[in-house]
Amino acid sequence: MSITSRVKKVLTGNHATAYAVMQARVDVIPAYPITPQTTIVEKLDEFIENGLLDASMIRVESEHSAMAAAIGASAAGARTYTATSSHGLLYMYENLWWAANARLPIVATFVTRAIGPPWNIWSDHQDIFTLRDTGWILFMAKNAQEAYDLTIQAFKIAENPNIRLPVGVGYDGFYTSHTSEPVEMLSQDEVDSFLPDKRAIKPLLDPEHPYTIGNLPDASFNFLIRKNMWSSMESSLDYIRKVGYEYYLLTGRNYGDLVDKYRTDDAETIFVSIGAMANEGIVAVDKLRARGVKVGHMALRLLRPFPTAEVLDVLDGADRVIVFSRALSMGKGGVLFTELADLAYRYHLDIDVYDVVVGLSGVEVVDNDFIKIFRDVSEGVFDNKETIFLLGGKYV
Amino acid sequence: MSKPKLVSIIGEQEYYYPGHAACQGCGASIGLRHLLKAIGPNSILAVPAGCTSIIAGRANLSTFGIPFIHTAFASASAVASGIVEALDRLGKKDVNVVVWAGDGGTYDIGFASLSGAAERGHNILYVLDDNEAYMNTGIQRSGATPRGAWTTTTIKGKKEGKKDIIDIMLAHNIPYLATASVAYPLDFHRKVKKALSIKGFKFIHLMAPCPPGWRFDMNLTVEVARKAVLSGVWILMEIENGRLKLNPPSNTMLEKRRLPVEEYIKMQGRFRYLKGELLEEFKRDVEMNWERVKKILAEQSR
Repeated sequence: MSITSRVKKVLTGNHATAYAVMQARVDVIPAYPITPQTTIVEKLDEFIENGLLDASMIRVESEHSAMAAAIGASAAGARTYTATSSHGLLYMYENLWWAANARLPIVATFVTRAIGPPWNIWSDHQDIFTLRDTGWILFMAKNAQEAYDLTIQAFKIAENPNIRLPVGVGYDGFYTSHTSEPVEMLSQDEVDSFLPDKRAIKPLLDPEHPYTIGNLPDASFNFLIRKNMWSSMESSLDYIRKVGYEYYLLTGRNYGDLVDKYRTDDAETIFVSIGAMANEGIVAVDKLRARGVKVGHMALRLLRPFPTAEVLDVLDGADRVIVFSRALSMGKGGVLFTELADLAYRYHLDIDVYDVVVGLSGVEVVDNDFIKIFRDVSEGVFDNKETIFLLGGKYV
Repeated sequence: MSKPKLVSIIGEQEYYYPGHAACQGCGASIGLRHLLKAIGPNSILAVPAGCTSIIAGRANLSTFGIPFIHTAFASASAVASGIVEALDRLGKKDVNVVVWAGDGGTYDIGFASLSGAAERGHNILYVLDDNEAYMNTGIQRSGATPRGAWTTTTIKGKKEGKKDIIDIMLAHNIPYLATASVAYPLDFHRKVKKALSIKGFKFIHLMAPCPPGWRFDMNLTVEVARKAVLSGVWILMEIENGRLKLNPPSNTMLEKRRLPVEEYIKMQGRFRYLKGELLEEFKRDVEMNWERVKKILAEQSR
């Protein structure tokens, strides 16, 4: 049934996302199955078959074609959505760049999953971090409620004519995609008035106004295309804040801050993580606080554009940051660590940044992992020059 | 003075503009000009990587007078599928969605998306611009390169035959397939119009000779294309709802009223290694194509 008033339902992350996409009244959904993304598009297919969503599902023959069809649909002016994971994300990789460079307001869900070989269906953030430099605006939700909320906001951000960049919402496979929790959903009327008119998306392909999309430019023109994307990305921060604040006024759930901070105000040590493991970091903070330790947790809910001002604000006053990465840059270190470490240099922060790699390949990350690292770092077992690998409570 | 027959049929309006970046004597250029005249301005063209990526011109200028989107090499049919569904959602039901793709973008890297779009029956006209190799990247062999042809990756001549894309597309049960040649623009024009009148996935296989790739003088493009048809190497036909029909002049050539194959191959430097047993195999390839056509026609008349 269509959602006539605000309602709380127990939903998986994937079904919460499917409801958000339905309520956003998307036009076209090109999709290809891959675990653990599949139950999103299955649910959307069900919504379409049951007449709850008036949209076209294109059951393409590959993820490469899923993003290609999304490019065609969005370029023609339709509100367009797709979802993928892991190898599917890598298979569509080329077209993820086409979508960004063509400034198409596509919204996608990236249910994070390890990359093989060997085959592994569990959560790992290696896949979503390959999008880091593409020009996609990227969120990382820590639970099903955030997945729902950010998906609604994603359409508004992507379709802003001054931004016009694709937006991806990531969350952890299985931890978030397949576990259920209470999710508060807006009424259809609320979503309708929150989102812009989808027919305001300016089509790039329109026989009334014939344009050629993607002709060979000279090098400096191409440089400027990338520079203009950078500028739109940078300026999108203000709009993402504004949308997050409007959403806060509507729901009481704060997204205007861009980072999700927990007891960071007077914290001397700040844990940084993303996605589902942030929930464990928050539990660890409570446990450590109970012992009188001044720690806090910051989840980087927005990965791109990087919310520098908010992050600096959180780090202000802290003397130690411990960054937990569920993705590894081989020969360099934890991917999330490199995201934080450059701030210390650029802004001359008197702060130690520690690089901890956890949870690769879906290995469970628990509150005690945060507590153990905190203790050992405090006791000087590690310095901030090394990459620390923690697997199941043991250093490896 | 009355207009020539060609002009009276295809019209004077051009949507393929002067100043394009094609090589002199480019067969694809002839094809594009006639394709655009036939589909008209209420159309959207999706084109994967290939010669047409260059022919389209330098940004911010364009060769094309209709909406045109460059796509990733493997993606033209999938991009077109997305366009079709979006237009349907937006209530723009009368816009022609057309793919123009080279042989690499069709036989090889683009095949999965082509097969997918055909299987889904998306309302797309797909025109295969076949110059029988990866010409834009410097003449490398493709699945469409004929047996014996020199390319920069078959420097002693290709040992394998040309993939039968018509048979493969026929197996998708699409409502309309045709072959065409840049030497017979009226036939091509008629086939494009016919295809657009049919709903579903349509496939036109256009032979478009390439002077630098096939090694012949740029003033001979039409002549080479014509010799391909007159020697029976290239058969003009259409298959509507599974029913095959030969088109002129191929319809007069069932009983071997054809020029010797040598008349076609001797015009082209790419066939310099096509001799002896390889040449005999090439001739057998041509014969086999005709035998297959005869068999289908015989079955149809039964």
